[in-house]
Amino acid sequence: MYRKGVTALAVSAALGLPYPAGAQMPIQTGTPRGESAFNPGISLILNGTYANLSQDPTGFKINGFVPTLGEVGPPNRGLSLGESELTFSGSIDPYFRGTAIVALTPENEAEIEEAYVQTLGLSYGFIAKAGRFFSGVGYLNEIHAHAWDFTDAPLANKVFLGGQLGDDGIQLKWVAPTPFYLDIGVEASRGLHFTSGPDGGRNKNGTGSGVFFTHVGGDLGTSTAWQAGLSYLSTSALDRSYDDTDSAGALVTNSFSGKSRLWAVSGVLKWAPNRNPTYTNFKLQGEYFRRRENGDLTFDTAAATAGGTQTGGYSSTQSGLYLQGVHQFLPQWRVGYRYDRLDAGTTAIGLVDSGTLTAADFPILAAYNPTRNTVMVDWSGSEFSRVRLQFAQDKSRADVTDKQVFLQYIMSLGAHGGHKF
Amino acid sequence: MKTIVKLVAALGLASLALPSAAAIAIFACEPEWGALAQELAGDKASVYSATTALQDVHRVEARPSLIARVRSADLLVCTGAELEIGWLPLLLTQSANTRIQPGSTGYLEASQFVPKLDIPKVVDRALGDVHPSGNPHIHLDPRNVARVADALAERLVQLDPGNADAYKARANSFRERWRAATSRWEKEAARLKGVPVVVYHKDMSYFINWAGMREAGSLEPKPGLPATPSHLAELVEKMKREPAKAVIYSAYNSPRAAEFLSERAKIPSVMLPYTVGGTDKAKDLFGLFDDMIGRLLAAVK
Repeated sequence: MYRKGVTALAVSAALGLPYPAGAQMPIQTGTPRGESAFNPGISLILNGTYANLSQDPTGFKINGFVPTLGEVGPPNRGLSLGESELTFSGSIDPYFRGTAIVALTPENEAEIEEAYVQTLGLSYGFIAKAGRFFSGVGYLNEIHAHAWDFTDAPLANKVFLGGQLGDDGIQLKWVAPTPFYLDIGVEASRGLHFTSGPDGGRNKNGTGSGVFFTHVGGDLGTSTAWQAGLSYLSTSALDRSYDDTDSAGALVTNSFSGKSRLWAVSGVLKWAPNRNPTYTNFKLQGEYFRRRENGDLTFDTAAATAGGTQTGGYSSTQSGLYLQGVHQFLPQWRVGYRYDRLDAGTTAIGLVDSGTLTAADFPILAAYNPTRNTVMVDWSGSEFSRVRLQFAQDKSRADVTDKQVFLQYIMSLGAHGGHKF
Repeated sequence: MKTIVKLVAALGLASLALPSAAAIAIFACEPEWGALAQELAGDKASVYSATTALQDVHRVEARPSLIARVRSADLLVCTGAELEIGWLPLLLTQSANTRIQPGSTGYLEASQFVPKLDIPKVVDRALGDVHPSGNPHIHLDPRNVARVADALAERLVQLDPGNADAYKARANSFRERWRAATSRWEKEAARLKGVPVVVYHKDMSYFINWAGMREAGSLEPKPGLPATPSHLAELVEKMKREPAKAVIYSAYNSPRAAEFLSERAKIPSVMLPYTVGGTDKAKDLFGLFDDMIGRLLAAVK
């Protein structure tokens, strides 16, 4: 019945007639004209940190876990500028939308954080995305750091996703026509960073990394909304290398090649009385990751030690989680607490089991369960400015506790970004 | 090939199946447009309002259940003028629904059909939460509701030509009842002419303009910023020099700042429904204006 009308109108829309003939004409006020009328939305995020750390951040490591080579360490001691994020986004035509986010690093380099196109016009609830983008694995990974509730990433995101996993690839997502929220998505990507291999990706046709995710969400009563997610990241790592010191104290480079499979379960719950978050609201968020890896571990790839390069089997099952709560107790003021815990689980190193080398030759992989407790308080002048004070007791390193104090500002100017759930 | 066609057809049917294949699914961003859609579409549509009168429409979460609703909507009726800028764009992109994207027949922005107040000459965030296209709280002028009703009725006919006669009949009936009510409200509100009031946020401007009242101050130091002690102290001083008749706020505002000023300046504070559902009497658009006017008359008598 009315579907027929919809089709006819869809045709007229496709022909560039925004309002079918005879329709009530809108009143135009203040519409920009000329070349700039089609400029994309531009926004700029500025942030900076003062860090007071009881341990030297250059020696940062997370014991029990393979180093990820990403930007996982705390910021520099003292005053430092964070990454300035420049975002461009807009519709390309009636079929596509484009977004580019360039991070200008304090080292005066420009990095493409995200640059992707996504479809506007696929039917039946499908959205396709192509380019470089933050993977949909887990919950926090897709959210930009400036929108995080704490200054730094959870430990689990650091060890399992290298801080934040962005990759060159494609994503297909389907939103189900259900009365509650349900989506299912898949990603195929290059495998540009950890956990796939060395930075830059592998010299190989096909794809290096695959992700599956699904989310469900809905409301509980008139004040609470929730979302839960399940995701799976599978990759065949090739020459994923990291540095360590052997039992003699010599610096060695080791490398892993094999299968890496990561499961992530995430949940978010937001409460605001009558859904009005202006005066008070609460957000509970948590994620659990579990990773299994098996393949070959090569000791000393550069043959810097007397024994030279040696390869043996490797398998590990490791997990980690974080749970955090953030409470806005007054307009503009929030407090938050986060608990981090990693479980180094079981790691079997063939070269150690066979007696060729000892566990002391792989000190960073020695079993250790890192933990961290973090509290923060922040003040938001408006939705465009935030100043945060954060304290953490970080036990990422075996035997030492890093007492961290961060004072941070995050400000945004330009186009109004959306508040993702 | 046949199986693919069947599969696609099945998927298509599945997407039509919710909430009911017979009715147009209307997603209203605000309760006032939900109420208007209900008036105009009756049982030919299922109407869902994304927000309530107890929510500040500037601050709404693009929560999963809203994405699910937009996913299955045939028509979106929203205010526009950047009122929903923090959440509607996310709903539009994440819902993957082509029928309701901007520019399509299934997307109606009410503010495009009315002349807007407070169009800023300078757009700068130092001035607070300013809307470059003008004040978006357009529904509190009954003449604007009539304008949007005309546009919405036309859109319903385009979307569902099979029920065109029913929509036209409902629109005519609404138009007539609204015209009668508007002239009654004009008479009742005559006593409000020239009455100075302090507002919480600039969300009452269209009502104030329509009733010929005067805005004597705002509890927010700048649009969107919470009241500060120093700003409230200034207002108290100002009230000594040129007293207002009342301080008004909306159902979604905390009454604290208004009560503070009310006590110090010895003027009544009045909670107004602002939109449908804001008070018990504001059950529909007619009740909304009845109660807005009734509460103001009672306060400034």
